[in-house]
Amino acid sequence: MLKKINDTNKYILILIVYRFNLNVSTLGISEGTMNNQQQIFDQKIEKDISIEPKDWMPEAYRKTLIRQIGQHAHSEVVGMLPEGNWITRAPTLKRKAVLMAKVQDEAGHALYLYSAAETLGADRDDMMDKLIAGRMKYSSIFNYPTLSWADVAAIGWLVDGAAIVNQVALCRTSYGPYARAMVRVCKEESFHQRQGFEAMMELANGTPEQKQLAQDAVNRFWWPALMMFGPSDDNSPNSAQSMQWKVKLFSNDELRQKFVDNTVSQVLQLGLTVPDPDLKLNEATGHYEFGEINWDEFFAILAGKGPCNHERIEARRKAWEGGKWVRDSAAVYAQKRQQQSAAQKVA
Amino acid sequence: MNNKNNWSLYEVFVRSKQGLSHRHVGSLRAPDEEVALQNARDVYTRRNEGISIWVVKSELITSSQPDEKAEFFEPALDKVYRHPTFYNIPSGIEHM
Repeated sequence: MLKKINDTNKYILILIVYRFNLNVSTLGISEGTMNNQQQIFDQKIEKDISIEPKDWMPEAYRKTLIRQIGQHAHSEVVGMLPEGNWITRAPTLKRKAVLMAKVQDEAGHALYLYSAAETLGADRDDMMDKLIAGRMKYSSIFNYPTLSWADVAAIGWLVDGAAIVNQVALCRTSYGPYARAMVRVCKEESFHQRQGFEAMMELANGTPEQKQLAQDAVNRFWWPALMMFGPSDDNSPNSAQSMQWKVKLFSNDELRQKFVDNTVSQVLQLGLTVPDPDLKLNEATGHYEFGEINWDEFFAILAGKGPCNHERIEARRKAWEGGKWVRDSAAVYAQKRQQQSAAQKVA
Repeated sequence: MNNKNNWSLYEVFVRSKQGLSHRHVGSLRAPDEEVALQNARDVYTRRNEGISIWVVKSELITSSQPDEKAEFFEPALDKVYRHPTFYNIPSGIEHM
């Protein structure tokens, strides 16, 4: 009898089998929706299929992402402050225009990221309140002051350079909206790093005083830039779970090593030195070996004891509270116009 | 979903050049359509990424449910004969 089945019947048969399978899986759902959903989620992660906003996901995955994306967004916002500090004092009109464009980009990056966090059910105002109340963190690097113009150049080159290493890795993170935001950010971030390096180059090739400013900035920002990748792997309790979920694809130490390998030759080509007596190239591995990071300093800043923690939060609080009347009146104006156009339609 | 200030969430679509369709690029919050358009320009087209923008309130979009994906798209699954590769054409036949 099977021999008689022609092509059309074969597809009907497949259809029946397919329907039957569906029924089996429907029964499975009623027996244990949780397990089934978890299995589907695990399979997606295993096969590198993006998790999208309305897909089922474990609560812990959602919470981890809201925390990470929220912190990332806050870092972009707070990151505007140390650089914004120099907009009025940029040495030339060109540098001023470039710096304004860069700072505006950071605001844009924050907006992409807040949107991504909102797809997980986070509330934007709530995140802002938590930042101001000190209940959400941002990157520790922005708690250092920008003492000279060279520091602004160092931020663009080293801090954005470190951020790029981190963010390129996140372009393939398992949560779709986060990954897509990272793709946009990385495209724009490349200009940030290049303009920083160029500004640094100008100082390094300038007068002895200018070169000294450049070296001082490298001395100040080198170690904090290395700290941006977070605690070392054996001291990073959340990392294992994030790696398992493919929220993180590389460990903190792997990314930090990549940044050091990328950057040392750039420092040397500027005619500057890296403030690390233990730094040396391991010919066998092709990687640079570097000295011990001062983790006490890192954790102190995380705990709010950095040079600018208070100042940064205070600036955000002032901006948020000071801008309230603008947000409120825009909402009232929109409401009024809606009522007017509704009234016109009736008339 | 509105936030405390009644600033709605909008989805943003950008046409990058004449001849291409508008493509979803992300979302943003704004008090009304006009501001949403201006914000979309500032947030999503700072580098000449677009020549036309659509914004639409997210709440107005009706979407299929991921949980029902299998059933919803099932009608297309078993119709392999809709694809050109389903048909066996002798190798000598050209322009087909």
